[in-house]
Amino acid sequence: MRAAVRHALPMIAMTAGVVALQLVISAADRQFYMTQLVMALYYTIVVMGLCLVMGYAGQVSLGHGGFFALGGYTSAILTTRNLAAHLRPETLQTLERIGLLWSRTDLYGAPLATLAPWPAFVAALLLTGAVALILGFPALRLKGHYLAMATLGFGLIVYRMLLGSAFTGYADGITGVPPWRLAPGVTVSGAMDNRIVNYYIACGFLLFVLWFLRNLTGSRHGRALRSIHDSETAAKAMGVNTPRLKLQAFVISAVLAAAAGSFLTHFNGGIGPSEADAMKSVRYLTLVAAGGMANIWGAMGVSLALTFLSLRGVFGVYDHAVFGGLLIVIVSVAPNGPGRWVADLLRRRRPTVRSSGAAAEPAT
Amino acid sequence: MLRIRNLRCGYGNLEVVHGASLHVERGEIVGLIGANGAGKTSLLNAIMGLLPPREGSIELDGVSIARQPVWHGVAHSLVLVPEGRQLFSAMTVADNLLMGGYRNPDRDQAIAQALDRFPRLRERWRQPAGTLSGGEQQMLAIARALVARPRLLLLDEPSMGLAPLMVKEVFEVIAELRRKGVTVFLVEQNAMAAFGVTDRVYVLETGDIVMEGRPDDLLHNPEVKRAYLGKGFRNVWE
Ligand SMILES: Nc1ncnc2c1ncn2[C@@H]1O[C@H](COP(=O)(O)OP(=O)(O)OP(=O)(O)O)[C@@H](O)[C@H]1O
Ligand SMILES: [Mg+2]
Repeated sequence: MRAAVRHALPMIAMTAGVVALQLVISAADRQFYMTQLVMALYYTIVVMGLCLVMGYAGQVSLGHGGFFALGGYTSAILTTRNLAAHLRPETLQTLERIGLLWSRTDLYGAPLATLAPWPAFVAALLLTGAVALILGFPALRLKGHYLAMATLGFGLIVYRMLLGSAFTGYADGITGVPPWRLAPGVTVSGAMDNRIVNYYIACGFLLFVLWFLRNLTGSRHGRALRSIHDSETAAKAMGVNTPRLKLQAFVISAVLAAAAGSFLTHFNGGIGPSEADAMKSVRYLTLVAAGGMANIWGAMGVSLALTFLSLRGVFGVYDHAVFGGLLIVIVSVAPNGPGRWVADLLRRRRPTVRSSGAAAEPAT
Repeated sequence: MLRIRNLRCGYGNLEVVHGASLHVERGEIVGLIGANGAGKTSLLNAIMGLLPPREGSIELDGVSIARQPVWHGVAHSLVLVPEGRQLFSAMTVADNLLMGGYRNPDRDQAIAQALDRFPRLRERWRQPAGTLSGGEQQMLAIARALVARPRLLLLDEPSMGLAPLMVKEVFEVIAELRRKGVTVFLVEQNAMAAFGVTDRVYVLETGDIVMEGRPDDLLHNPEVKRAYLGKGFRNVWE
């Protein structure tokens, strides 16, 4: 029981923090922060998912911008493409009754029937999962940086395709994506009077991801992932099916990115090709490194703070430079993450304790 | 229990084991000695499935395990203590032992037993494996393998880099395993120490098995004496 409480404590504290932040922002009359805050929350979910691949499975992905875009665009296309002309009225009615389809009229009063956000969301996750499986299957069988190369290529292709095809709206992307009603009174949309609700939706999603990743990394599978990072040969010798485990982590991570992309697309009412820009993927990677690699809390904190500041425009024209510079500093000064670096600094200052063994032992 | 026929394996164009045949019976402790680069580690890795064999057969309890994934063998209690220990050095002693039991549903019980045998590991429970002393690391490597509940244990030079007292301790553990009915296939350069615990010994020379015999017989074989035992061996032995 005590252990269960201790395990739940961080989650409870996080929930309290979420509520406190909302109250502070409302009390300070800074509601306009909410929009960027919600966006930062969704981007942070991508970073946390990437943390699983980089920090735990020890693999580099440069395609998470692409996965995010794949999720967002799939939702955007499926919920805006008009099916009214392609389907018979009876079929439309049946599909609408079972909740797959959503009929309304467009700006000019013409009939508009699109897929509902829920099935579009599911399709986005399935499509992204399948793509990640196809990318990761060959790349993760081999030792080395094949996944980094495969995902880099994937990201570049997605970006070019989004920019170059009429289907995805060229450089403009897709607009007019409808709000997503999750439950009565709970709708993913960017409407002004809906900001607080959306803050809680995004926080709820983030907390779910945090809970899920914490359980996963603390489990037997999470330990096996860490062991692959430590010594792949030894992990194999212990009976870990290493290619399969790495692939599972990669697919989960890609699907989380797609889910975040889908939510943010409904929140913003649209999506553009810049989401798949290689710079975005590099930014996610930087944030994982800055958070301390195998540190989901670190990735979450650093990502929320920096992404929020970046979206508020605090870094101005130096926006890209800030993240690029951060990556260089992390890699050269604190490759184990800033947290470890600070801890090492502190330890060096403190007088060293003699008798290494016993002193390092916690009194348990 | 283990039967290998005409096994060939290597790296790229290089073949390092040229058709080795050997067998290990249930309850036996069998040694494999040979000089640096003879192919001992390659042979063990091939048995585990870490190095795919090019030719020949490997049977465990009469079932072919050649070209099976490594985890398949582990799930059937074929366990390796790799050369140079290969601990998860950034992970704690606890996590290393838990990893040892990755394919063993009864890992908690197996860990409790391993800790009773190696109480020092309990003291080091939350310490990263990389911070242990060399001897403690070897004990952890063996304990980690025991948590998998091996029926056939492959040991790759467990005495490497250890002080004489630790070497003695390692071989005591091996002798205990015999009493528990674990079958052991032991690779050693320290032929002297290996002769003390084994029932039979194979000699591997540049990828070929050139000799097989009981330790007592090999001990008096002039060729073995010259190649593996050195001059002063009698003093150590007696
Ligand atoms: N990964 C590898 N790639 C290429 N060649 C290798 C590889 N591993 C081993 N070899 C070569 O295979 C031969 C046999 O190596 P192996 O490690 O099996 O010998 P060993 O008998 O275990 O030696 P030692 O007693 O030094 O551990 C050596 O010539 C070695 O250079
Ligand atoms: Mg060797």
